[in-house]
Amino acid sequence: MCTYRTQTLNLQGSGKGASGWFSVTDASVYFDHPVHASAEHTLNLDFLNPALGPGARVALELNADSALALAAAIRTVLAASGLTGDLAPPAERSISV
Amino acid sequence: MRDDIRAETLSIAGHGGDQIEAYLAQPLDEDRVGAVVVIHHMPGYDSWSKEVTRTFAAHGYLALCPNLYSRDAPGASPDDAAAAVRAKGGVPDERLVGDVGGAAAHLRSLSASNGKVGVIGYCSGGRQSFLSACSLPLDAAVVCYGAFIVGDPPEGMPHKATSLLHLAPQLHCPVLGLFGAEDKFPSPEQVAVLERTLKDQGADFEFHTYPDAGHAFFSPDRPSFRHEAAKEGWEEIWEFYGRLLAGGGA
Repeated sequence: MCTYRTQTLNLQGSGKGASGWFSVTDASVYFDHPVHASAEHTLNLDFLNPALGPGARVALELNADSALALAAAIRTVLAASGLTGDLAPPAERSISV
Repeated sequence: MRDDIRAETLSIAGHGGDQIEAYLAQPLDEDRVGAVVVIHHMPGYDSWSKEVTRTFAAHGYLALCPNLYSRDAPGASPDDAAAAVRAKGGVPDERLVGDVGGAAAHLRSLSASNGKVGVIGYCSGGRQSFLSACSLPLDAAVVCYGAFIVGDPPEGMPHKATSLLHLAPQLHCPVLGLFGAEDKFPSPEQVAVLERTLKDQGADFEFHTYPDAGHAFFSPDRPSFRHEAAKEGWEEIWEFYGRLLAGGGA
């Protein structure tokens, strides 16, 4: 299936892509077909800077268990550092690609 | 029929006259032949989409795959382009129709064209194939597991890929639908609703739903590939297009 289920959010940080480091301003999170991973569906993360063009991208395709483990690890590490923050989810959108 | 072909990247006029990238494959036989617009799947204008385009040419059809992401990510790798388009919210339906119409016009302008043009789309392109068949004067449409022809995306998500059922009465051409019984988007129930709608309006169509197959069963490079379903599906496509697109034509 094409789930079409996508969340996008604004970020502040940096990522290292094919051309080196760049500032990350946006991310897409979706559970859909991977390009490379050997699974029908994966949790896909795109870290982007649209102002620099579509090549400014760091991509991850994780199976669901890996993605959940990653999310838990991020929360654990931040909580241990005294950082809990506001975990309100970003807006979800459908797409028609 | 020989299976010698020539394949190349070119620029065609798409929606609004915009120049967009496209991949053309054509048989080297000199006969006038039918043509197919190949609508790529959600992962974009990738190597598999080009392989499918060449496959149509090897079977005697002019085939053209427009890069629907040309404007959003010119020159980008297919996966980066797909990610950029996803982040922007997708391809607008109006633009899609214009791009497919431009591809069909380009195919009809070729000296080897018999004037007949079909369309085929996979995944999101399956929905777009049906949309094209309801919007453009085409001769045959193949819909491969297109989601959201029936039903909108889950509630709470701003719509872009909305249901196309209201357009069904405008269908211009026969439709061949190929689906997987284990697919969820579209579900067998949604396929049944579409089937009933087309039947009620007296449309010329045939649907095939394959057991033990889900979404993307045609894609040999994915775990979802199902050999039996893909083999039988290709046979249905050759019969369908052979009946509707072949011949000397105009």
